[in-house]
Amino acid sequence: MGLLRLEALRPRVLAPVSLCVDSGELVFVSGPSGSGKSLLLRAVADLDPHPGEVWLGAEARSAMPPARWRRRVGLLPAEAFWWTDTVGDHFPQAAAVAGASGTPPPSALPALLSALGFEPDVLDWSVGRLSTGERQRLALARLLAQDPEALLLDEATANLDPSNRERVEHLVADYRASRGAAVLWVSHDPEQRVRLGGRQFGIHDGRLAAIT
Amino acid sequence: MSLVLLTPLDLAFAALLVLLLAFMSWRLHLGVERRLLIAAVRSTVQLLLVGLVLKALFAQTNPWLIGLMALFMLTVAGFEVLQRQKRRFCGPWGYGIGALSMFISSFSVLLLTLTVIIRVEPWYQPQYLIPLLGMLLGNTMSGAAIALDTLTRGAWDARGRIEARLLSGGTWNDAIADIRRDSLRAGLIPIVNAMATAGLVSLPGMMTGQILAGSPPMEAAKYQLLMMFLISAGTGLGSMAAVWIGSRRLFDERERLRLDRLRPAESKH
Repeated sequence: MGLLRLEALRPRVLAPVSLCVDSGELVFVSGPSGSGKSLLLRAVADLDPHPGEVWLGAEARSAMPPARWRRRVGLLPAEAFWWTDTVGDHFPQAAAVAGASGTPPPSALPALLSALGFEPDVLDWSVGRLSTGERQRLALARLLAQDPEALLLDEATANLDPSNRERVEHLVADYRASRGAAVLWVSHDPEQRVRLGGRQFGIHDGRLAAIT
Repeated sequence: MSLVLLTPLDLAFAALLVLLLAFMSWRLHLGVERRLLIAAVRSTVQLLLVGLVLKALFAQTNPWLIGLMALFMLTVAGFEVLQRQKRRFCGPWGYGIGALSMFISSFSVLLLTLTVIIRVEPWYQPQYLIPLLGMLLGNTMSGAAIALDTLTRGAWDARGRIEARLLSGGTWNDAIADIRRDSLRAGLIPIVNAMATAGLVSLPGMMTGQILAGSPPMEAAKYQLLMMFLISAGTGLGSMAAVWIGSRRLFDERERLRLDRLRPAESKH
């Protein structure tokens, strides 16, 4: 049984999408801009009204409080937004999770930050000081720190230089393997898709279809 | 104490000054003479009509007629709040949120005042009820309008930040809390400022009117204080109700931010 299962999900510009992403599996979605890739991810995270159902294991989205659902299917939007001035303010769950269980989870914050090339003092940085790339990497750290069971990545490496792109790819691969997370990755970059493997889907004329 | 009664001739003199201003505007090409004259005529007609209506109301003390008058005032105030929104809610909510929150706040403060503070018999005596309601509605209207406008604009501009909070596992309440706080503050600032400077720069309009009409200054000051306290309570309640209902309406049952429930900003007409 797949970990993340989309059942006749119908975001605004797409024909109904049914898709199953196994635990620890990586699925790429590509398509021309404006084709609805981001809308598909937003629909899975339940940010826009749409018909359809999504399952996480045996649990239906509609049976779960929305806040809990969104924390469990982590969506990384193409543009990272921050709601207070200091980076550290955005990581409250990380402390709670690490404090609650004895063994540090794979999402332990110091490990996450160093895997993305940051020192721990980045938590004291002001958000306004961050470059676009730093924002994007820290947004991924923020997302993984909330320990999601699936990852919905929207152009996660679009603004990164090659070395940082590699860091992000490694971190996502590690997280996917150790946490058994289902990963749905929207990417423009054909080389990235070849490099990382996984099943490939494309959106053409409002339909999601496997690329062989 | 004598009340100097104004004759139509006295008013005509004052009106001459407005005509003079309009003439100067025409000579200097300021282009406001038309609007100035229309506004002057409007206020003349409206105030005289209100004077007549109040005279009839005061003579009868009929609760149904008074209720009708109160309803009319609330209806107009509701439209005024609607007019001042850059991005108003679609459908009946656009009008309903403002009118409902003004109804809750103004009428509860009004009832409290009439029955507990002023204690008139019967409580709906129009000499007290109508002017009090007018002051309350007029000020609550500004507060609710500013608060709602700040809320809907803020949500529109901060969509990314709000959704980021939702995605990090926040509830709709967490996601809108900052904007809600800013909106409430914006709604309350005018009355707070008015209280802080009352009497230092200018005498508040009501107190001026009472003094001109022959009341002793201390009595006028006490009534003005009463009004200011009531107005701030009413404005606070009204802004809170408007912001609370409005912020709830910005999210649906699955706690999605629903900016499609706001109408796009229209150009000023």
